[in-house]
Amino acid sequence: MFFRRGKKPKEKPEAKIIIPDGLWLKCESCGEILYKKELERNLWTCAKCNFHFRIPARRYIALLLDEGKLDEFPLALKTRNVLGFPRYSEKLKEAQQKSKLEEGVIAGRARLGGETVVFVATDFGFMGGSMGSVVGEMVAHSIRHARKEEIPLVILTASGGGARMQEGIFSLMQMAKTSAELALLAQASIPYITVLTHPTMAGVMASFASLGDIIIAEPGALLGFTGPRVIEQTIGQKLPPGFQRSEFLLEHGLIDMVVHRRDLRSTLIRILKILMIKK
Amino acid sequence: MDGIWLDFERPLLELEKKIEELKATSHNGIGPELDRLTREAEKLKKKIFSNLNRWQRVQLARHPQRPYSMDIIERIAEDFIELHGDRYFRGDPAIIAGIGIIGPHRIAIVAQQKGRTTKERIYRNFGQPHPEGYRKALRIMKLGAKFGLPVLSLVDTPGAYPGVGAEERGQAEAIARNLKEMAVLPVPIVIVVLGEGGSGGALAIAVGDRIYMLEYAIYSVISPEGCASILWRDSSKAPEAAEALKLTAEDLLHFGVIDDIIKEPEGGAHRDWDATAARIKTKVIEAFDELKRLPIDELIQKRVEKFRQMTPKSD
Repeated sequence: MFFRRGKKPKEKPEAKIIIPDGLWLKCESCGEILYKKELERNLWTCAKCNFHFRIPARRYIALLLDEGKLDEFPLALKTRNVLGFPRYSEKLKEAQQKSKLEEGVIAGRARLGGETVVFVATDFGFMGGSMGSVVGEMVAHSIRHARKEEIPLVILTASGGGARMQEGIFSLMQMAKTSAELALLAQASIPYITVLTHPTMAGVMASFASLGDIIIAEPGALLGFTGPRVIEQTIGQKLPPGFQRSEFLLEHGLIDMVVHRRDLRSTLIRILKILMIKK
Repeated sequence: MDGIWLDFERPLLELEKKIEELKATSHNGIGPELDRLTREAEKLKKKIFSNLNRWQRVQLARHPQRPYSMDIIERIAEDFIELHGDRYFRGDPAIIAGIGIIGPHRIAIVAQQKGRTTKERIYRNFGQPHPEGYRKALRIMKLGAKFGLPVLSLVDTPGAYPGVGAEERGQAEAIARNLKEMAVLPVPIVIVVLGEGGSGGALAIAVGDRIYMLEYAIYSVISPEGCASILWRDSSKAPEAAEALKLTAEDLLHFGVIDDIIKEPEGGAHRDWDATAARIKTKVIEAFDELKRLPIDELIQKRVEKFRQMTPKSD
């Protein structure tokens, strides 16, 4: 069907990645025109409707960690197209150029309110923050590091893609790999906090993202297992507004709290202060 | 033979029908002709089944006459007591769970169950579990662990159910919880993928010490249809997607993701449920014999290590 080629797939407004570069920006949610400087001061949240713009992992590092610093773990593996999956190699290159990241995850040691932590963040800008072998390996490594060094673990997710299709069964197995490491971390009574941001779905949500001792979400984030479009197709009905959003999950007892971006850092610090057993 | 058959099976079925008809006439002197046709049928069967592409294997994995979990359990277990409920919300017929005896082993069993008739299919929700199904499975696995019963898990699902209630009750959490708990469950766990290993919905009962697949079973991060509609915005390109995903038992053995393939009777498991079950039984008993000899600490350590190694090997 040749004529369909030029047609761009319809995208929901919130599915777009926002890279603020003009002086003015339009809020994706309420349509308010926002001055970029002002938006930045508000940590990329809309002053009018509280919509949380998606921001890259590096911004979260600057925002959440002491002095905005992360002592990064190097990637143990290089991403390869093991399955010879169509167009994967090109997609990877594109993602690397666009996101200026090697892969969809950044991890390392940092201080948070003076406390040493292992911090991991997935980045939606890199193939939807999806988890392939390299992301899974980095998350697993970070969990092991936290366990061996007996320091708390904080993982922030922005992974709409779930398990990365292009790496087939290996991506699926990263769910089991990361969850197995978390089982050992739990046995060692090391605190594990997850911060879920928009969007966190499928394979990531159905593994390490859902396994925090405490689960925090940013307001309005889309969080769940199956994407809303697939559910709508399955049940043949429109989903109600707010379905699978942070507040919906809070209401259904699936997460601990919804926290505004400006309060994330202080909330993490307060929690760690209480959970961390001094040895 | 009645029922629905796949296109590539038809030539064989026609030949077999001819043989049946010939037998029914039972004239004298049909012997040589019967022998000839029987040989031809054998040859044709070999020819068809030695050259299956990935999409044909997907179809076999979903064959409407393929033995489902309960058909296998009935044939391999000397006793099976089904237990119900997650104790929180509801019993989920898409997952069966219970305790039983297989050969020398007292075990716990969890399995995904598809339905054969329309009514059964709806009752079993086409083998697509809700969170309460996964929670039931975990409850029975933990019951097993409490009484030292190793766990047999039979996988056969298109995936976890994509519905409103499933999301409201934490489908993602239920799956994640199982992955985490199964990784350190203090009894041996043996997995057999019977038909479809549909993504996270399959994995949620598939973390264990031995992972086997029936010869024509599939196991994949996404269904070929789902993959095709993302890649090419056209789910009818599922055959191409099946090739790209490398989801057959052979592929997964080659990747080192599974431990072994259980051969199916010639022409596929649906042609001989008894023989299929017998092969599964032998393999599973062997695995439990081996695994029960390991101290629990070592067992768990090896299990975690097994999943640590699930990374593409550099070649």
